[in-house]
Amino acid sequence: MGRSLKKGPYIDFRVERKVDALNESGKKSVIKTWSRRSMISPDFVGHTFAVHNGNKFIPVFVTENMVGHKLGEFSPTRNFRGHIAKKDKGKR
Amino acid sequence: MARVSGVDIPDNKRGEIGLTYIYGIGKNTAQKILDKAGVDRSKKVGEWNDEESNTIRTIISETYKVEGVLKSEVQLNIKRLLDIGCYRGLRHRKGLPVRGQKTKNNARTRKGKRKTVANKKKATK
Repeated sequence: MGRSLKKGPYIDFRVERKVDALNESGKKSVIKTWSRRSMISPDFVGHTFAVHNGNKFIPVFVTENMVGHKLGEFSPTRNFRGHIAKKDKGKR
Repeated sequence: MARVSGVDIPDNKRGEIGLTYIYGIGKNTAQKILDKAGVDRSKKVGEWNDEESNTIRTIISETYKVEGVLKSEVQLNIKRLLDIGCYRGLRHRKGLPVRGQKTKNNARTRKGKRKTVANKKKATK
């Protein structure tokens, strides 16, 4: 279910403030954030975000194609490396 | 044999069904097309005269995305997801369900045929 258009996209106030500050000063620096639920707005393009995945921060460089997605979509929370090989299973 | 938008040759079917043989046209769209063209929905495809099939052809080519164009658009959308590396893209890459379905059982449409990994060890007493 999508979000009502009436409300407009959700962007965390803190993230927005940081991006605006960076855009105004023209500087580039990594923005550390826990706000995975924030929509990527066109202002974000070209910035790098460190998005928390519950364990660590995953660096996400925002490109034009990513606009409209949420920050959390680029920071996977589950890391499946495959099942344990048969040998190891016996030892454990 | 009627040839509409490329390769499709449905015949001896009623118009609304015959048109659904085209990729991108379902029954609802087919009915809309036929109504717009002023052709009876239950008229067999083989019974269309040249004029009727021509109007149908122009309606489809003007208003709808079908076959190759539509297929390539879908592929492009998927490719975009793959390129930006978002969650949906990762799921496409791994060939797993994209829309949050469970994968403990089922999900065979995406995962394909069952691949048995190892025999379960029998409990020894």
